[in-house]
Amino acid sequence: MPIGPFKPAPPSDDKRWKIVAGTMRRHGETPNALIETLHTVQETFGFIDKDALRFVAGSLRVPLSKAYGVATFYHHFQMKPKGEHTCVICTGTACYIKGVPELLAVMRDEFGISPGETTADNRVSLLTARCVGACGLAPVAVVDGDVMGKLTASQLRERVGRCVRDDAA
Amino acid sequence: MTQLEDLQRIASEETERRQGCRHRLCVCIAAGCVSSHSDQVQASLTNEVKRRGLEGQVEVRPVGCMGLCSAGPLVQEETSGVLYQHVRQEDAAEILDSLDAKPVERLRCDSGQPFFRRQQKIVLENSGVINPHRIEDYIAAGGYEALVQALTSMKPMEVVEEVIRSGLRGRGGGGYPTGLKWSTVAKAGGDKKYVVCNADEGDPGAFMDRAVLESDPHRVLEGMAIAGYATGADMGYVYIRAEYPLAIAHLRTAIRQAKKMDLLGNSICGTRFNFDVELRLGAGAFVCGEETALIASIEGGRGQPRPRPPYPAQSGLWGKSTLINNVETFANIAPIIRRGGDWFASIGTAKSKGTKVFALAGKIRNTGLIEVPMGVTLREIVFDIGGGIPGGHRFKAVQTGGPSGGCIPEQHLDMPVDYDSLREIGSIMGSGGMIVIDETSSMVDVAKYFMEFCMSESCGKCIPCRVGTHHMHGLLEKILEGHASAADVAQLEALCDMVMHTSLCGLGITAPNPVLSTLRHFRGEYEGLLQPAGGNGHASPSPAGGA
Ligand SMILES: Cc1cc2nc3c(=O)[nH]c(=O)nc-3n(C[C@H](O)[C@H](O)[C@H](O)COP(=O)(O)O)c2cc1C
Ligand code: FES
Repeated sequence: MPIGPFKPAPPSDDKRWKIVAGTMRRHGETPNALIETLHTVQETFGFIDKDALRFVAGSLRVPLSKAYGVATFYHHFQMKPKGEHTCVICTGTACYIKGVPELLAVMRDEFGISPGETTADNRVSLLTARCVGACGLAPVAVVDGDVMGKLTASQLRERVGRCVRDDAA
Repeated sequence: MTQLEDLQRIASEETERRQGCRHRLCVCIAAGCVSSHSDQVQASLTNEVKRRGLEGQVEVRPVGCMGLCSAGPLVQEETSGVLYQHVRQEDAAEILDSLDAKPVERLRCDSGQPFFRRQQKIVLENSGVINPHRIEDYIAAGGYEALVQALTSMKPMEVVEEVIRSGLRGRGGGGYPTGLKWSTVAKAGGDKKYVVCNADEGDPGAFMDRAVLESDPHRVLEGMAIAGYATGADMGYVYIRAEYPLAIAHLRTAIRQAKKMDLLGNSICGTRFNFDVELRLGAGAFVCGEETALIASIEGGRGQPRPRPPYPAQSGLWGKSTLINNVETFANIAPIIRRGGDWFASIGTAKSKGTKVFALAGKIRNTGLIEVPMGVTLREIVFDIGGGIPGGHRFKAVQTGGPSGGCIPEQHLDMPVDYDSLREIGSIMGSGGMIVIDETSSMVDVAKYFMEFCMSESCGKCIPCRVGTHHMHGLLEKILEGHASAADVAQLEALCDMVMHTSLCGLGITAPNPVLSTLRHFRGEYEGLLQPAGGNGHASPSPAGGA
């Protein structure tokens, strides 16, 4: 007889792992639950690190290579922690037509970050989204959950500038 | 156990409750208006009603999308039909003051304008009218009648026949006859079948499905349950993108409510029919909208497509026969069962029946969500309903079908909008994204935008798509930078031809469309950017230039 199903222990005694374990249990701890579980990890911890991936892969009996393959295939899953503030610029068609390139230029020239990057002081992360569904208000950015529509380059400069300075004091 | 009488009782209680209120203020809480802070408007109206002790007399009802997103937050007084735009929380007192007096002119939005008048609503009939958080609201609007009717008085095959008779075609982009797909799944053998609702809505600039799910989630669940009954499936999945938190929340509530009332779950309405629905969240991959990739994703893997056949109807989720339809397709089902396939078939054109929801955006005055009968012209959509181009600019093109579609120039504006006409001129109906472009945009840049999208969304499984999109993107960049010659355009066309004919799935097969259609209708813009290589700089005609 092979050794019975081996259940890895959570990476730490952080209570949040219970939430992750709960998702896996609800889905019967089968490989099918991989994506749902990664969603839970990201929701609870903000990103998916190697320890989390190992724990999830082990618990669902998915090869670690496959879990890594899935986690990196989907844009939504973040493998690195985000900065204190996040700025999501919509790069959907409606927003693009209405001037996203200028907004991205502000982020690059004034704050030194391109999509997917975080400022060196860890203050602001820049992400992009393919249509946040507010095309009527294009161009749109979402700064710390706050949707900003009909956004101009100077408004963005001002708003992100506040994120950078606020906590600097 | 819920029977037709129970539904009628709930409906009449609901109507009575509503009529008890002299005034009913509907506040849009769909994502468009929430982005302009309609949640605060709803809260301040509710507080103001409380402060004045008017509960029971004035109802403040959160509702779904009213369509004119660019004028949000929108508030409508239901009995008088007065519509207010750009409402702010400070306006609450003034609006309440006005209820028994004159409307607040300052905030008025003309509800008789062509934007509202020229639409015909089936899918969106409840959007902006009912409270999406309450199943009672949906039932009062005739909801779940079709399901009960199908379960208690129709055989599964009769349901399929009704859908065939309606002439409904898939709204996810392909336009495949829905009845035919249902009958394939119904006839397939096997102990287990699935129904899947495709709510991945990947077109970057389209939000029809999101609006339907946020505004009227039960309608989609009802359509899925009817599909389950017709095809013999007892399990349904909604594959919805994680970027739609509000739609996900509304769906979750709706599923819970429907289960509680025996409209989902075991022994629905006391019959032997079981049907359960679960959500599966997408994770930001456009290709997962493709049905075989979507199935791989529900199964927990990388969302990579596989060759068809076998089609999901034969071998889908976990190898079982699976029915996959789009959100809007399912949203049409309940009205078809309730009012009959013939009624539905009387709307639209010979080969495209019913209505279509479009998300109107870009350089157009009225951006938002519209529903029109198939066969209206693009001119009506852009200039009457959409109100034309703002800022004194000139119309240049309208883009339909997103990254798989094409650009339609001015000379085709009088063409009727249906599946076949759009295809003829090198675009597609697509899922319903419609982006208006004016003279300030370069069409080559638009083509590059979509190619960049396809390049980064290619799943990498097949080489024509993975490498081909990369090269086409490079060539488009070269053209835009002014470094290209006619030979580069010829190479671009050859690549279009190759990628289109050799890619594995729809993503690659249609990726060249935006390039081909802009080359077809706006070739001059490409040529204007070329280096005068040797001779006169004219691109040689290429065999791949057609649609
Ligand atoms: C690359 C690609 C992306 C797609 N994205 C979607 C989508 O976001 N939503 C959708 O309903 N169908 C999408 N489809 C079409 C689906 O594969 C499928 O045909 C559709 O869901 C069937 O439903 P219908 O017959 O009701 O249209 C996509 C197809 C391809 C090739
Ligand atoms: S394209 Fe930006 S919100 Fe839709």
